[in-house]
Amino acid sequence: MTVPATVAELVREFRANGRIVIVGASLAGLRAAEALREEGFTGSLTIIGDEPYEPYDRPPLSKQVLKGWVSADHTKLPRLREVNAQWRLGVAATGLDRAAKQVRLADGEQIPYDRLLIATGTRARQWPNPDEAALDGVYTLRSRDDAAQLQKALAAPPSRVMVIGAGFIGSEVASVCRELDLPVTVVERGSAPLVGALGGVIGEIAAEMQRDHGVDLRCGLGVSSLEGDSGGHVRRAHLSDGTTIDADVVVASLGSIRNVEWLEDAGLASGFWGVGCDAGGRAFDVNGVITDSIYVAGDVARAPHVLYEYQFLAMEHWDNAVLGAEVAAHNMVNLEPHYRPHLLLPGFWSGQFGVNIKSVGVPPFGDEIVFTQGSVKERHFAAAYGRRGRIVAAVTFDHGKWLEYYGKLIEHSGPFPPPPPGWDQPPDMKPIPAEFPQPGVPTAIPDVVLTGHDPSERRAEFRSRPR
Amino acid sequence: MRIAVDLNRCQGYAQCVYLAHEDFRLTGQEALTYEPNPDDERRLQVERAAAACPVQAIVIDRLDGAEGSATS
Ligand SMILES: Cc1cc2nc3c(=O)[nH]c(=O)nc-3n(C[C@H](O)[C@H](O)[C@H](O)COP(=O)(O)OP(=O)(O)OC[C@H]3O[C@@H](n4cnc5c(N)ncnc54)[C@H](O)[C@@H]3O)c2cc1C
Ligand code: SF4
Repeated sequence: MTVPATVAELVREFRANGRIVIVGASLAGLRAAEALREEGFTGSLTIIGDEPYEPYDRPPLSKQVLKGWVSADHTKLPRLREVNAQWRLGVAATGLDRAAKQVRLADGEQIPYDRLLIATGTRARQWPNPDEAALDGVYTLRSRDDAAQLQKALAAPPSRVMVIGAGFIGSEVASVCRELDLPVTVVERGSAPLVGALGGVIGEIAAEMQRDHGVDLRCGLGVSSLEGDSGGHVRRAHLSDGTTIDADVVVASLGSIRNVEWLEDAGLASGFWGVGCDAGGRAFDVNGVITDSIYVAGDVARAPHVLYEYQFLAMEHWDNAVLGAEVAAHNMVNLEPHYRPHLLLPGFWSGQFGVNIKSVGVPPFGDEIVFTQGSVKERHFAAAYGRRGRIVAAVTFDHGKWLEYYGKLIEHSGPFPPPPPGWDQPPDMKPIPAEFPQPGVPTAIPDVVLTGHDPSERRAEFRSRPR
Repeated sequence: MRIAVDLNRCQGYAQCVYLAHEDFRLTGQEALTYEPNPDDERRLQVERAAAACPVQAIVIDRLDGAEGSATS
């Protein structure tokens, strides 16, 4: 047989009889499984998930579910096709042995694979003081169970809710509280809500929106401690300016942590920022060399993006999980030159205070912003972000129809400020600084060291830093 | 039945709201919320809503309940 014929035969054989394991049974995991079958993979497929539930959708949790319109167990994801998988739900993967090509499970079982997809996503960062985090009435919001419990607490109703952190989830929780007519205090360390994602200029608008809806918003402040009553229920929060706030429900929305601990000894380029992979979803090993058998998708993945100077971006958004999973699945059952890249223009939406906030591109990549359409006063506008004369992102408030226009410009590396779409322009179209905070640098990330003297023995190694 | 709406795509045209108002609602001018698990009795309405969506943002499951369960 010729070499190409042998390779083609191997691919055929793998598609028919290979073993694929997916770790993470949520949006990315399910969509990858469906895509694998769609691609004609008929081998064995195992899906491992530490949650006891079949895959469900998270965005409704902080919106419909908290409001009490939809119950938390009504969010199961639609099934697009039969996946005929062995589902191992309610058991976590605890280790990965790349030499033996096995995933280790919490119950001691070892699951062999030929190809592996890592789709373990992120989890909510807990309130840092464990005793205070354990008080009744202190919540985070990531899972179905979290949403069900928090919804119950909001329905009680509490006398006041305190939200710590005004990112998207914190702001959505605050919005639901106001819809339920609950008094709510939001404490945000930054200068305004959403600053990390959208910058200070848009943050100011979000701040006004919150205040107009009766949110007691306190920016530039931290919560220093939470205080419980004798029954172990949270009653009060102490703020960094010495003031206190009485609240009986506290929602810590402090961002997310990537679920990579189970990969600690696997020798992959995984860590604080997620698992590094190429634009086709193939994981890098610790040396920065591409693997052939391990793929990554969804919130836990981090890949270079052509439009953003090939920087490694982790995108914690719904459509990134869907499209990243489809690309990884395709590449798992194909070979070069049939690989596909995951070249999504990042995008997300958020519904809060009756306004539909949407963005395309990577706003924090920009350093300037210009309002291009609509009216800020009416919270009905579009704005573009730029860097070095190029448009890199856009945001809309109740102006979603125009997002595609800006998306196209970003894809084509269009000029900044962008050509006005010829409709509905605000009087002042001068770019101003977008006011993003300096990115924080975490202190607990491991050091990478090089070992081995001989060039053929040189290897990278992670060494955890003593805390 | 199960549905999900890709709200990145959704442009708030509200076609779905007209056709299946029990399951799709606009909060404010264009923020859509929906019932991810509509009653099977309303399948026809929901399917019509999905078909009418100009950007095909509504994802509907194509399997019946049993097949869509965790064992499939
Ligand atoms: C409340 C909320 C609201 C959101 N709203 C929006 C929105 O409006 N717009 C938007 O674009 N995005 C939104 N998102 C983000 C979106 O939900 C995520 O981007 C998406 O869920 C990512 O999917 P994923 O499959 O990569 O990861 P996840 O959904 O995090 O799934 C990972 C799964 O892997 C499991 N897992 C982790 N470790 C292990 C292990 N060791 N072994 C086995 N299983 C493991 C986890 O328990 C989880 O079930 C929201 C998220 C939340 C939490
Ligand atoms: S019809 Fe489609 S675009 Fe319009 S509101 Fe419904 S889901 Fe959104």
